[in-house]
Amino acid sequence: MEIEQLEKVASQVRRDIVRMVHGCQSGHPGGSLGCTELFVALYFERLKLKEEGGKPVFDMNGTDEDLFFLSNGHISPVWYSTLARRGYFPVEELATFRKLDSRLQGHPTTHEHLEGIRIASGSLGQGLSVALGAAMAKKLNNDKGIVYVLMGDGEQQEGQVWEAVTFAPHHEVDNLIAFIDLNGQQIDGPTVKVMNNRDLGKKYEAFGWEVISIEEGNDMAAVLKGLYEAKSRLGHGRPILVLLHTGMGYGVDFMMGSHKWHGVAPNDEQLAAALGQLEESLGDY
Amino acid sequence: MKKYTFTEKKDTRSGFGAGMHELGQQNPNVVALCADLVGSLKLEPFIKENPDRFIQCGISEANMIGLSAGLTIGGKIPFATTFANFATGRVYDQIRQSVAYSNKNVKICASHAGLTLGEDGATHQILEDLGMMKMLPGMTVINPCDYNQTKAATIAIADYEGPVYLRFGRPVIPVFTDADQKFEIGKAWMVNEGTDVSIFATGHMVWEAIQAGEMLEAEGINAEIINIHTIKPLDEEAILKSVEKTGCVVSAEEHNRIGGLGDSIAQVLVKHKLAPQEYVAVDDSFGESGTPAQLLEKYGLTAKHIVEAAKRAIARK
Repeated sequence: MEIEQLEKVASQVRRDIVRMVHGCQSGHPGGSLGCTELFVALYFERLKLKEEGGKPVFDMNGTDEDLFFLSNGHISPVWYSTLARRGYFPVEELATFRKLDSRLQGHPTTHEHLEGIRIASGSLGQGLSVALGAAMAKKLNNDKGIVYVLMGDGEQQEGQVWEAVTFAPHHEVDNLIAFIDLNGQQIDGPTVKVMNNRDLGKKYEAFGWEVISIEEGNDMAAVLKGLYEAKSRLGHGRPILVLLHTGMGYGVDFMMGSHKWHGVAPNDEQLAAALGQLEESLGDY
Repeated sequence: MKKYTFTEKKDTRSGFGAGMHELGQQNPNVVALCADLVGSLKLEPFIKENPDRFIQCGISEANMIGLSAGLTIGGKIPFATTFANFATGRVYDQIRQSVAYSNKNVKICASHAGLTLGEDGATHQILEDLGMMKMLPGMTVINPCDYNQTKAATIAIADYEGPVYLRFGRPVIPVFTDADQKFEIGKAWMVNEGTDVSIFATGHMVWEAIQAGEMLEAEGINAEIINIHTIKPLDEEAILKSVEKTGCVVSAEEHNRIGGLGDSIAQVLVKHKLAPQEYVAVDDSFGESGTPAQLLEKYGLTAKHIVEAAKRAIARK
């Protein structure tokens, strides 16, 4: 896809995010908006997915395809929207987000058999371990697919993350690309104030990872280039970390750069203001 | 009383190791993971023959559970192994979200459960694991009684699709079940048919129950003894059938009396067939250092305690 088309998809995904969160008056718009370019670039351009007739076909084992895991499950809106827009399930289902009997639970789950989801996440710190397991299964199966996993920067405060960070280079898991969404915000405030992670790149390097950075995580061209570079470094005995610099709430001016929109839904007026800034490129659900 | 004899004593964890050895040869999808306790879990034969299918996790149990969940995506059957304390309490949330809620085909295999871990003391003697694991929706919970049954259970759970908690232990105890037994998940095993009291025992307590049955017989009491190796799903039919006949119950487990086998049985009785029940279990306390025999005596988990409980239960009929 051309960059312009990908940007159009991203704009629609952002509309979906604010509408979903508004529709149930709960959920997490901030981190979702900030990671939109990554999700669109992955699912519409970079991931090798199993398809039939141009539509993705979901199978839990994901044999011979690339896998994506979301560790910071609270940014489910961006994932659900991307999956629906990519064709995994009908976009109309986005309207059920966080409502009773929905497959679109507040945090992602396999429990409701939603196509595209392979593990429950939400309780933080577990996704990297799961992704490593899936990557090792691929190696055991001689499967050339790549495993991607996204974590939050606040999530780096969980101890289990560092168990997994230690494990991956020791076992030379070099078919895995991990992202940290470096938006610098967490629920109680800026990450540097709540619990300073300091230099995550240096930390991962010290643990034996290869680290690259995408400085403009909300620039589609930069994200595509970064993903290409990350992939080119696979297969040399080291796992890859991508530091993805994003702006929380990116795309909606009054939500940008603040932890205040981590887990707050817009009211009717705010929704109208937000939608006014985002092109309806693919048609609202 | 049916006679049970034995020619040797072995630890149940060695039964697990033997089961893994066999699985390594039979099932190419079986993968073993361990958190720096390979010797304690008796995994050496499996690792020797299948080095590529063994994953050393180091001392990081949370990561091991996540890895196991991930390995199932790709069709592997991961056996995550460590001491019972670190396999459950330490990683409850990881099991809850990544394994149970996600319905992953992970086998959590836990050695050194209960008081009979012995001298290491209460930090390692988990007495709450059966409760924690049975509360997780969809989790199968198994606590076999001797070497042969543990080996058979280990092999059986590889063929079962879904999360399993398999609990075994450290002490050497009599090997009294058949070497070639077929293990049926969820099917209670009739050890001895009787009419006066139903003794439902699990794990190491099954042998104690057999000894108790012999002591009761000498006093003219005819005890029915049933081995409940699967705590969940519980064989309610076998329990009710027995209680219909005997009218009173003793439950015996190396676990806290709160939340274990006894409570599962009590739920069945309350719902379907009221009957007096006596618990042989640890009375809501932590353990301590000591030899297994000393600890079982001090915390009331011997054949003698089962005999006393049986008499109390009969008196309450």
